[in-house]
Amino acid sequence: MSAETHAHDDGHHDAPGHGTRRSYLIGFALSVVLTAIPFWLVMSGAIADKQLTALIIMGFALVQVIVHMIYFLHMNTRSEGGWNMMALIFTIVLVAIGLIGSLWVMHHMNLNMMPGMEMNDTSAM
Amino acid sequence: MAQAQAQALPDREIFYLADEHDHEAGGSTMLGFWIYLMSDCLIFAMLFACYGVFGGSYAGGPTPAEIFELPLVAVNTTMLLLSSITYGFAMLAMEEKRKTGTLAWLAITGLFGLCFIGIELYEFSALIHEGATPQRSAFLSSFFLLVGTHGLHVSLGIVWLVTLMAQVGRFGLTVANKRRLMCLSLFWHFLDVIWIGVFTFVYLLGVLR
Repeated sequence: MSAETHAHDDGHHDAPGHGTRRSYLIGFALSVVLTAIPFWLVMSGAIADKQLTALIIMGFALVQVIVHMIYFLHMNTRSEGGWNMMALIFTIVLVAIGLIGSLWVMHHMNLNMMPGMEMNDTSAM
Repeated sequence: MAQAQAQALPDREIFYLADEHDHEAGGSTMLGFWIYLMSDCLIFAMLFACYGVFGGSYAGGPTPAEIFELPLVAVNTTMLLLSSITYGFAMLAMEEKRKTGTLAWLAITGLFGLCFIGIELYEFSALIHEGATPQRSAFLSSFFLLVGTHGLHVSLGIVWLVTLMAQVGRFGLTVANKRRLMCLSLFWHFLDVIWIGVFTFVYLLGVLR
């Protein structure tokens, strides 16, 4: 019966990894590029289509968040025996529900509560 | 096996581990701090949702394109990015057990943080002088709430940074101080991640709109 002697030793002691000078510099260089391009796109108006520009900018933001997670926050699937990643995934799910849910509900409420809506409805009937 | 149980049971039933092994002090601090950061992330998510819902309600007041100055935001973003890498260098110096180096990099990080806060306060005061106050429209209320909350986090981060510099200066790079520095490291880089969302969704998409 050695249940109490083994189990705990693995998860605890691995200190969260610290990057090396090289990994910090790579992360920094990447984030500079990933910041400069969206700013340049908006300030110069290089792409005429605003919706396309918006999509590209959001793409850059997503990539940069991942870059920061890896190079600055040292996220990986092993830190703290995987619990870091579990907490992160749980949070992402909650954030997605909160953000998408709010925007979706309020967008439709705005559409349906616009002044003049009732008149349109009655005239349609 | 059965014999051992038979011996243990009659006296008293033990529902807990009687001889639990030692946990090192602060062994779960990093995970706990990470979970705190995730809860902070939820606060920001709700503020972003708020801005997403109200961001277009100008109430006849100024629009983002009229009041946001992207060059200023770009400088601000640069300050925060620079403070991130200098904090990284502080952590590397800490790993190499160089106390003076750690303190120097922490001080530089703090200065970049102060520049960020200074620029943000300048921006806020300029907006308020133009009449773009939080009371003007739902867009401006949610803008000041979201960006102001981030700014408050950075300000408190600077207070924390100065505190830790005093700690390290007084007691050196002890195990406890290293752990504290690692927590602040997570906090500082996390605020940078939030700022990516702010400059993308509030400023860039606001000006595009």
